[in-house]
Amino acid sequence: MPVITYRDALNQALREEMQRDDRVFIMGEEVGVYQGAYKVSKGMLQEFGEMRVVDTPITELGFAGVGVGAAMVGLRPIIEFMTWNFALLALDQVVNSAAKMLYMSGGQYSIPIVFRGPNGAALQLSAQHSQAWESWLAHIPGLKVVAPGTPYDAKGLLKSAVRDDNPVIVLEGEMLYNTKGDVPAEEYLIPLGKAALKREGDHCSIITHGKMILVALQAADQLAKEGIRVDVVDLLSLRPMDVDAIATTVRKTNRAVVLEEGWELAGIGAQVVDYIQRECFDDLDAPVIRVHQADVPMPYAKNLERAAKPDVPKTIAAVKKVMYLEQ
Amino acid sequence: MATKVVMEALSPTMEEGRLVKWVKNEGDTVAKGEVLAEVETDKAVMELVARGDGVLRKRVLGEGQTAPVGQLVGVIAAADEDIGSILSSAPAAAETAGGGAATAAPATPAAPAAPPTPGTPAPTATQAPAATQAPSAPAPSGPAPTAPAPSGPAPSAPVPPHENGGRPRSSPLARRLASDRGLDLGRVQGSGPGGRIIKRDIEAASTAGPSAAPRPAAAGDYTDVPLTQIRKTIARRLTESIGPIPTFYLTMEADLTRTAELRQAMTEAGNEFKVSFNDIILKAVATALARHPEVNAHWLGDRVRQFHRVHLGMAVAIEDGLITPVLFDADRKGLGELSQEARDLAAKARARKLTPNEYTGSTFSVSNLGMFGIGQFTAIINPPESGIVAVGAVEERPVVVDGQVVVRKRVRFTMSCDHRVIDGATGARFLQDVRRMLENPLMIVY
Repeated sequence: MPVITYRDALNQALREEMQRDDRVFIMGEEVGVYQGAYKVSKGMLQEFGEMRVVDTPITELGFAGVGVGAAMVGLRPIIEFMTWNFALLALDQVVNSAAKMLYMSGGQYSIPIVFRGPNGAALQLSAQHSQAWESWLAHIPGLKVVAPGTPYDAKGLLKSAVRDDNPVIVLEGEMLYNTKGDVPAEEYLIPLGKAALKREGDHCSIITHGKMILVALQAADQLAKEGIRVDVVDLLSLRPMDVDAIATTVRKTNRAVVLEEGWELAGIGAQVVDYIQRECFDDLDAPVIRVHQADVPMPYAKNLERAAKPDVPKTIAAVKKVMYLEQ
Repeated sequence: MATKVVMEALSPTMEEGRLVKWVKNEGDTVAKGEVLAEVETDKAVMELVARGDGVLRKRVLGEGQTAPVGQLVGVIAAADEDIGSILSSAPAAAETAGGGAATAAPATPAAPAAPPTPGTPAPTATQAPAATQAPSAPAPSGPAPTAPAPSGPAPSAPVPPHENGGRPRSSPLARRLASDRGLDLGRVQGSGPGGRIIKRDIEAASTAGPSAAPRPAAAGDYTDVPLTQIRKTIARRLTESIGPIPTFYLTMEADLTRTAELRQAMTEAGNEFKVSFNDIILKAVATALARHPEVNAHWLGDRVRQFHRVHLGMAVAIEDGLITPVLFDADRKGLGELSQEARDLAAKARARKLTPNEYTGSTFSVSNLGMFGIGQFTAIINPPESGIVAVGAVEERPVVVDGQVVVRKRVRFTMSCDHRVIDGATGARFLQDVRRMLENPLMIVY
């Protein structure tokens, strides 16, 4: 199976979908001439031309709104945000227009649009450019939200997002674009709303999403050396969320650590824990523990940034704590 | 200068105390000599006073928790003083204040410290006359039993205490597994944080075999009453004196004139209504037990299990020994039904046809040697039951009624009581009820 980068997996997905359906186009800052701020749209201007690969001014609210309008009249736009930190300016279009239009038009206007871009922290981008927005976005009825952490998932989920008739948020990661993984040459789709069991174990579950899947798998590797076998569940979709997958793993292991990149309060993990207590109350042998970013704006200093982020040692410590191996 | 508040020896024999109630809140200014908290010792509820001036900065021990004498239970210090080093030196103390669930003293063998469940009778030092004197002066006892206790389930080894309102702390999974397997959580030792019972503990207990958890009744059929300090002291002291079951004996005599009239009337009504004196006595004991759960109880080492249902064991002599078939829910059965069942069980016992579920699960027992002409005797308690009533022969005896010596039908019955569970006055009140019913048998149907 070919091994390609996350960036190239996204590029394949975009190109395949635009080849398949000429209603699909991509629009955003630097997607054309510059070949994408992170080179995700490399080669696309040359292949599809400037009618379908549209460079925009630095006006997030404006081009998000153009996208919603285009979707209303039958096109299938893919809106790239250079980062979700900038997309904050476009949230009125995402939340109040894209997410609401089908409902408020009495079913007349579906909005088949994809909003995509990197989410969460990279390295030393400081407080304003290191934020994980998934709990903001997953909060909104009318949106679907996916957070692929591997090249395989990125391609399969982005293709499904383009084909879905609802607004879909795709949360990528700056630190993920260069990561490599197996991606089949033949076409495949990953259904929205389904989680994936990325590693099997019976002692404890780690439930996570997005780039934290890499942290979880590394933690699982190290724990395995100590004889601790963990189930690692990658949620992939945050809305709708795969409650069955969560319940299945917790019923198997009776213990869970919920890992996410963002902050604690009202985080995705809080919702996962709620599903666990509701569906698996009688299966729990220990309280569920969450691992998340420290409750501070992301520090710029390297050492403080490291201390604030969830990481492998923190995840291992949490697993040992729910297994009553450490206090 | 910070002042440590420690569990003080408030009575000469006190080894641990249960903090009943904090009188001062964290942040309250306290002066030397002021009352900080109420502590239940092995004898009474006493006051714990401040030994220094300052602010009560930390209540280390939660209400309802138990600590050995000498253990840190709180800290008095200046408002801005750093008390971190004092708190960190306290064993397992830092978390105990708020939750009310952590184990205060891991090394202490016995410290169930929860207050009694509301609504369940639990003697306190100020309520039970017999209890106040019990630690130093055990209630009058009859002659020591000459034979070893009959075979039966031995009282289980005490399991260290649970400090969560008397309930063992356990994970939801552990509770479900215990319920599925018919395990009594109270008999499982928890290995999780703060003694929490978790899955592995249930699995260990399950493989330990059925003897690890005899189960006379389904959950809901009983109330587990945590031991108060005085109850624990009684149990410990009296077991040292006469053990392993510190038994004493109470004898009562009842006039059976009216019971005889009842029998007579029922016999006249037809042969099918004929009942024996023993049937009526069984019914009276069962009815009284339903009104006295404190007697209809098992001693379980770290607590007393009071049953809401009456399963009356009935000792039956058989060729080479005796066996005790059980009249289940004896208090709820009519006299005729009870009589028939007693007859059937006795016949089956003599034919050696009883199945185990017919002779296990009793909450209390009755023995009767009246048919051998025995006027009065003592029976041996079948543990973990805490009492047995020995019924003698129904005999005509001269008694004084209104200044005249008259001949009356009389019966004597003697209850053997496990003093760890039943105090003299408790047993006496129960026997009074039995006598009242025998002397006014219409009360049985009341």
